Amino acid sequence: MKPAPFKFVAASSLDHALALKAEHGDEARFLAGGQSLIPAMNFRLARPSVLIDINALTGLAGIDRSETGQVRVGALTRYRALERDGDFLRACPLFADALPHIAHPQIRNRGTIGGNLSHADPASELPALAVAMQAEMRIRSAAGGRTVAASDFFAGLLTTDLASDEMLVDITFPVLAPRSGACFMEIARRRGDFAIAGVAAIVTLDEERRCASVRLALCGVGETPVDAGAATSPMLGSRVTGEVIDTVAAGVRELIAPSGNVHGSPDYQRHVAGVLVQRAIRTAHQRIGHAA
Amino acid sequence: MQPDQHEIEFTVNGTHYRRMVESRMLLSDFLRHELGLAGTHVGCEHGVCGACTILLDGHPVRSCLMLAVQANGRALATVEGLASASGELHPVQQAMHAHHGLQCGYCTPGILMTMTAYLAEHPSPSEDEVREALSGNLCRCTGYQNIVDAMMDAAARMREAAP
Ligand SMILES: Cc1cc2nc3c(=O)[nH]c(=O)nc-3n(C[C@H](O)[C@H](O)[C@H](O)COP(=O)(O)OP(=O)(O)OC[C@H]3O[C@@H](n4cnc5c(N)ncnc54)[C@H](O)[C@@H]3O)c2cc1C
Ligand code: FES
Ligand code: FES
Repeated sequence: MKPAPFKFVAASSLDHALALKAEHGDEARFLAGGQSLIPAMNFRLARPSVLIDINALTGLAGIDRSETGQVRVGALTRYRALERDGDFLRACPLFADALPHIAHPQIRNRGTIGGNLSHADPASELPALAVAMQAEMRIRSAAGGRTVAASDFFAGLLTTDLASDEMLVDITFPVLAPRSGACFMEIARRRGDFAIAGVAAIVTLDEERRCASVRLALCGVGETPVDAGAATSPMLGSRVTGEVIDTVAAGVRELIAPSGNVHGSPDYQRHVAGVLVQRAIRTAHQRIGHAA
Repeated sequence: MQPDQHEIEFTVNGTHYRRMVESRMLLSDFLRHELGLAGTHVGCEHGVCGACTILLDGHPVRSCLMLAVQANGRALATVEGLASASGELHPVQQAMHAHHGLQCGYCTPGILMTMTAYLAEHPSPSEDEVREALSGNLCRCTGYQNIVDAMMDAAARMREAAP
């Protein structure tokens, strides 16, 4: 037995889970896919005294579309379900690119979108996707609920805006605007490893096929996902040319402050991030298609 | 502190069990030490190596990243259940044998569990797809080529057996 002792409770309803969290606060953790929490407990880096298993709360899992086309994904939805849902991948194409990069099939069979986002690993793909897609996170506690924009949710290294009595219950992704294309790319040392750098890009054109907006977010190069919107201004209102893409990439290299790790120095990460920005914007632009 | 005990009921390879477990018991340790099913191997205990892969309701998962108490009500499958009752090896096992897909064998149970489930869902994979499917299982001995060959052969054998 590797984890330190704890009390295990299988929550029988959302209210039950929230009441337990309100009672035990930071001493308690929700157990979703367990693919980050159990390794941390095996190493005794995490020692919750109460584990609230939410896996039986099937109401927290699933994908639905509103009449306006927004996609709402329950926090307990597993990667396995996302990667097998063609409608979801068409509505949220960044996920089609990003999910294969998350760990391995065995881990994707258990890991959940809500666990991933709540864990807030800065090298993880999904926080960057949530920021690029301007997702809205719906949060509940026993006392009530609130909604937070993805850009305000990720507060720091492995830290979110969630209070000690709160649970992330679902995530809503807005519809892509017409004439939009999206692309996620990353570079990792080994298939399934966390990224040295990754880039999510969404390019939207106006009717004259000039750039109307660019959403750009990076993973692996900071303590949180990095919204690189500030570097995209040279593109706005202009044609998407190689030259203007190079300017954006140079801007992103300036903007980020990677700390380096065993896989690469800060300079290498900055270099890789710039190259990925160029490729991701180019591919997103190509994917817009001419019919739209 | 009194150990936090739970009664759980589940099946492994079709056999029904009812046991008391302490909540912090990992499923991998439980299978090996409590049920004596030591075919499930333990390498890293943080999800990286794949040696502990078993099937949970038919899907490959890391047994080192689940608590035994979470097995309550579930159907598990381990490497012990792959061969038929008469001892005839599963086609994936036969192909691993024929292609020398193992040396020390430490990684083998995890690879067998991953790939039997994969080939059931993908009967005609390309070699690249097989490599991708194997990416969550580390092998320090073989260099993988013989495992890939074995899987391509196993897929062909299984297609022939159930066209
Ligand atoms: C070998 C390996 C490789 C991996 N590689 C990658 C990778 O490349 N990219 C990547 O993104 N991830 C990777 N992961 C991590 C994996 O994606 C996890 O599944 C994910 O980080 C956490 O999701 P989970 O559902 O497993 O959450 P858990 O491990 O159950 O929980 C993680 C944390 O979030 C909390 N939590 C869970 N659900 C909620 C909720 N609804 N509300 C509030 N708090 C909650 C838990 O209390 C815990 O603190 C890897 C994991 C392993 C083992
Ligand atoms: S022991 Fe479970 S993945 Fe290594
Ligand atoms: S045969 Fe030795 S680790 Fe694979």
